[in-house]
Amino acid sequence: MSPLTTLTPLTVKKPSPARNRLRGGARYAPTLATVGLFIAMFAVGSGMYPSFLSGQVFLNLFIDNTFLIVLAVGMTFVILTGGIDLSVGAVVALSMMVSATLLQQGWNAGAIIVLVLLIGGGLGLLMGLIIQYFDIQPFIVTLAGMFLARGLCYVISLDSIPVTEGFFTGMAQAQIPLPGDLFVSPGVLLALGIVAIAFFVLHHTRFGRTVYAIGGNEHSAMLMGLPVKSTKILVYALSGLCSAVAGILFSFYSLSGYSLAAQGMELDAIAAVVIGGTLLTGGTGYVLGSVVGVLVLGIVQTFIAYDGTLSSWWTKIVIGGLLLVFILLQRLFARKTR
Amino acid sequence: MVPVVEMTDIAIGFPGVKALDGVNFRLFPGEVHALMGENGAGKSTLIKALTGVYSIDSGTVTVLGEHKQFSTPAASQAAGISTVYQEVNLCPNLTVEENVLLGREPRRRGSIDWKGVRSRTREVLAELHLDQVDPGSLLSSHSIAVQQLIAIARSVEINAKVLILDEPTSSLDADEVNQLFRVIRDLRDRGVAILFVSHFLEQVYDISDRMTVLRNGKLVGEYMTRDLSRMGLISKMIGREMEALAELDQAPARTRARTDSGVTPFLETRGLGRKGSVSHVDLSVYPGEVVGLAGLLGAGRTEIARLIFGADKADEGSMAIKGASQRIRSPRTAIDLRIGFCSEDRKEEGLIGDLSVRDNLVLAMQASKGWARRIPRRVQDELVAEYIQALDVRPANPDALIRNLSGGNQQKVLLARWLVTHPELLILDEPTRGIDIGAKTQIQKLVSQLAADGMSILFISSELEEVLRVSDRIAVIKDRAMVADINNDDVSVEDVMTVIAGGAQ
Repeated sequence: MSPLTTLTPLTVKKPSPARNRLRGGARYAPTLATVGLFIAMFAVGSGMYPSFLSGQVFLNLFIDNTFLIVLAVGMTFVILTGGIDLSVGAVVALSMMVSATLLQQGWNAGAIIVLVLLIGGGLGLLMGLIIQYFDIQPFIVTLAGMFLARGLCYVISLDSIPVTEGFFTGMAQAQIPLPGDLFVSPGVLLALGIVAIAFFVLHHTRFGRTVYAIGGNEHSAMLMGLPVKSTKILVYALSGLCSAVAGILFSFYSLSGYSLAAQGMELDAIAAVVIGGTLLTGGTGYVLGSVVGVLVLGIVQTFIAYDGTLSSWWTKIVIGGLLLVFILLQRLFARKTR
Repeated sequence: MVPVVEMTDIAIGFPGVKALDGVNFRLFPGEVHALMGENGAGKSTLIKALTGVYSIDSGTVTVLGEHKQFSTPAASQAAGISTVYQEVNLCPNLTVEENVLLGREPRRRGSIDWKGVRSRTREVLAELHLDQVDPGSLLSSHSIAVQQLIAIARSVEINAKVLILDEPTSSLDADEVNQLFRVIRDLRDRGVAILFVSHFLEQVYDISDRMTVLRNGKLVGEYMTRDLSRMGLISKMIGREMEALAELDQAPARTRARTDSGVTPFLETRGLGRKGSVSHVDLSVYPGEVVGLAGLLGAGRTEIARLIFGADKADEGSMAIKGASQRIRSPRTAIDLRIGFCSEDRKEEGLIGDLSVRDNLVLAMQASKGWARRIPRRVQDELVAEYIQALDVRPANPDALIRNLSGGNQQKVLLARWLVTHPELLILDEPTRGIDIGAKTQIQKLVSQLAADGMSILFISSELEEVLRVSDRIAVIKDRAMVADINNDDVSVEDVMTVIAGGAQ
């Protein structure tokens, strides 16, 4: 908690350069708090369970959550503009169902992946267009999108469809060795690649800066002549695309398609983004923070797995508590810097 | 000389309001052109037509001889027209440099060149003598005045040929205005055409070379500033003859409530205060009396009003209404005690822009009657018509949407909304800010009228002249405490200034 108290100036007079630097730094405070929390949890875990402190336990956090990382990336874009995307979990399930069914019918894996990306991106684009041109709240539009995608899953099949195709099973089993007897899955590299691209886009392109500007003040962004409409639409298309990628990654991970899969995953993604320090009102936050947010969620699960006596529902309870704490912290923090 | 911008026969209408009708307007390079008119004359509409926020119904716009049809702000900016609005339209969550260059950042191989951004911003800021502003600091860490100059820096950066300043000085102090004017003159000398809109006549005469006067959405004329006297300008804006003006200018007849012993004040506070806000407020307001709160901007005037109305909770001192001790914990309690509060921020706190004049008035009536008893339509219509007429709301159309009304007329509706609830104490916080002389005089007269009818009024204004004109007594606020209580007998602005400058005598 210390970064919060030391970084917020209490008296606001003429800003000195030093204070400005502090205020600039204060933007990172929520994200830094999350990083601190993650390190603390890892340290506590290492103290309680001797085998916790290992590189592979850390890497497994990535391996087990590749899909969530990718979802959180897309969600970060959306939330930065001040919007929300509730459809991502259902789109993940739809992507899995489409892949599993078509693989069973002997389609080529590459063609399926392209098709799934088109479906996810297209669905996102459609929702973006509706949000923009009919001026409807993102909450409602993406809620409708969620029901649509989930409904399509049931139409495809009510049963779990196993995936036995070579490329998918290959990806599921592949291990990329790292020095020190460690390994990651190919999916981790893909997810981290997407994170790197997202970071570049957000901080080094005009599109990315427009995303932040819209979250800061949409009306101003419009009056400044920024392409507000197209950016807002694109953000939902990106989130849809990320959901499709996450669906493919989840297929690699679970080697099946099931219409009830990824229930509530959209809420995990939103939780990760918020715990990672992105304000739900938009305009402030970092994609790297969202990745740390996912890792925090992952480490909570690891804890429960190590403990062995606790029911897995404790994961949800802990995540709920963390979310509440972080939102309260942000609120406090926003009040002090104002 | 060829005008940079020429607008011919412009017409724009909204449901229930004809905002502009057959207006011509031209703007020459290297001049400051003031757009004048009362509230509702169509100034904002004309600006929004020029900046692509509203589209025009008929008429033509040419920029440098080329026909233009602006459908978006981006299109207008691409044609070299840049606007700085009254409420700064930048992004508070981004840094100064990002705001200056947003959407036009220098790039290298598709990636924003942040070093280039920093150096370009430094250059532009230096041109405007803003060297002390750190390009990497957050926009929200700067004062409104600096933010406004940063918005101007943004238009300098795009080499704007036309710079529109819409009420740029309304929240600036004298020094800040001077700094702004230095920048404006600088830009004018470089050949930028500047369109300046302000309610401060002195500032308009100080800075402008030419002016265009609008009235009720129609063009009155275009004049050289040096050829038009202040009285001439005012009569053109109001559209009344000199005699009528002289009458308007006269101080409204003041009703002097005698604060005889034996009469209980409606409101009396003793040592009222709130930690971190204001302290030591000893205020009494008698029935039929106008008490003015005088003090500098930020001295704590609004804070006092909020304490009395229960919008903030007092944590020290006591308050009595009609002699009975009361603890006002919320606006609801205040309203039940028949206290009304016209807030300073009419957009945020007062009116509902998407409802009509009638709906806004009925809302207040209904709230005061209780939701269970419906007010018959006939009574509604009568009351609404009565208030529209009494306050001279223009257009006199009960179905016009509030957001399409001008500031002065919105203020009148806000006032009417409180009047329908028949308050015994009405707190008016800056009721005349940003509205034109005609409406201002009307509101001042109305205040005196209401007091004559027995209402207690707490009147807050930044304009000392106005406070002196309408008040029976003046409470002087300085540095978040009440320092003096003066009976308004031949008190001059200087006297009050002395008190503010010197503290309690």
